[in-house]
Amino acid sequence: MSFINLKDKVVQVKIVYYGPGRCGKTTNLEYVNRKFRDQIQSEMVSLKTHGDRTLFFDFLPFDMGQIKGYDIKIQLYTVPGQVKYNATRKLVLKGVDGVVFVADAMEKQREKNIRSLNQLHENLQAYKESIFKIPMVIQYNKVDLKDHGVPVLPTAVLRKDLNSRLKVPDLEASAITGYNVAATLKKIISSTVVSIQKKLL
Amino acid sequence: MNYGIVSQEQLEQIDTILADKLIKLGVDCVIIIDMAGNIITAKDNGESKYDVYSFAALAAGNFATVDAMAKLVGEAEFSLLFHKGQDSNIHFSKIDDELLLISMFGKDISLGFLRLNVVEAIDEIKTVWDTSSS
Repeated sequence: MSFINLKDKVVQVKIVYYGPGRCGKTTNLEYVNRKFRDQIQSEMVSLKTHGDRTLFFDFLPFDMGQIKGYDIKIQLYTVPGQVKYNATRKLVLKGVDGVVFVADAMEKQREKNIRSLNQLHENLQAYKESIFKIPMVIQYNKVDLKDHGVPVLPTAVLRKDLNSRLKVPDLEASAITGYNVAATLKKIISSTVVSIQKKLL
Repeated sequence: MNYGIVSQEQLEQIDTILADKLIKLGVDCVIIIDMAGNIITAKDNGESKYDVYSFAALAAGNFATVDAMAKLVGEAEFSLLFHKGQDSNIHFSKIDDELLLISMFGKDISLGFLRLNVVEAIDEIKTVWDTSSS
């Protein structure tokens, strides 16, 4: 649920990056944090373990400028990807407005992507949200790895696995190099803002 | 409250309550957030400069974590949530199932006195909320 402050004319929008462990959710946020430094007033908050794995979430507030006189504040969150942290993932999803599902394009991660997407479906249901209704973008991350000889699933296969029923916007990306990171963010922001506008009218 | 919208009038009333009950007392900063980490309103004494957005995200996470721990030991909730530091302290109080009031204050205010005032402030805020939703 986005929060709209009529007095200060501020809309807060919560976007969560979801996906299996080590798929690149935090890397997405780190790239956004570097690239759009001048639109971000505060430091990125990361709650992580000593091994640099996300423990609770990363948080990055992001100013998008104004729509019809309202300041749009985008709050980007990631969830911890490790299987054992589902309780925490659920907490982070509370009040979510839009989801970026980051899939790992590496061949050996195929199963994990599907399992993670299924769990997202269950977790959203716990908040009476539907994966078929919530604004969502799927990102096939790590496509750069094929240049380094790592077996990567073709996008058509990933699309069939993950997006054949959802039919949401999807794109290839490489969070580490920044390829399509901003495009992913733009897509999810526009779908989310449009969906909020629709609910309000 | 419909889809997270609070009227301007409601917000002004709530801001006045926060200023009268807590800021006047010497509290540095008061924030009302929802459990998703959104800020409903934030008020400070004009001197402190906190990054309230990050604060709200972390506070919502913190509260949810403590709540889950309470459930694990068979408690409905832990009613007192308080962090004490050398110079500043943070006090959390639940307004209802969706809202949280957070006060940041220095060493000049006693916790008991603050809690009394927080309870009064919350009662008044609830009245503002109820009159609007009925």
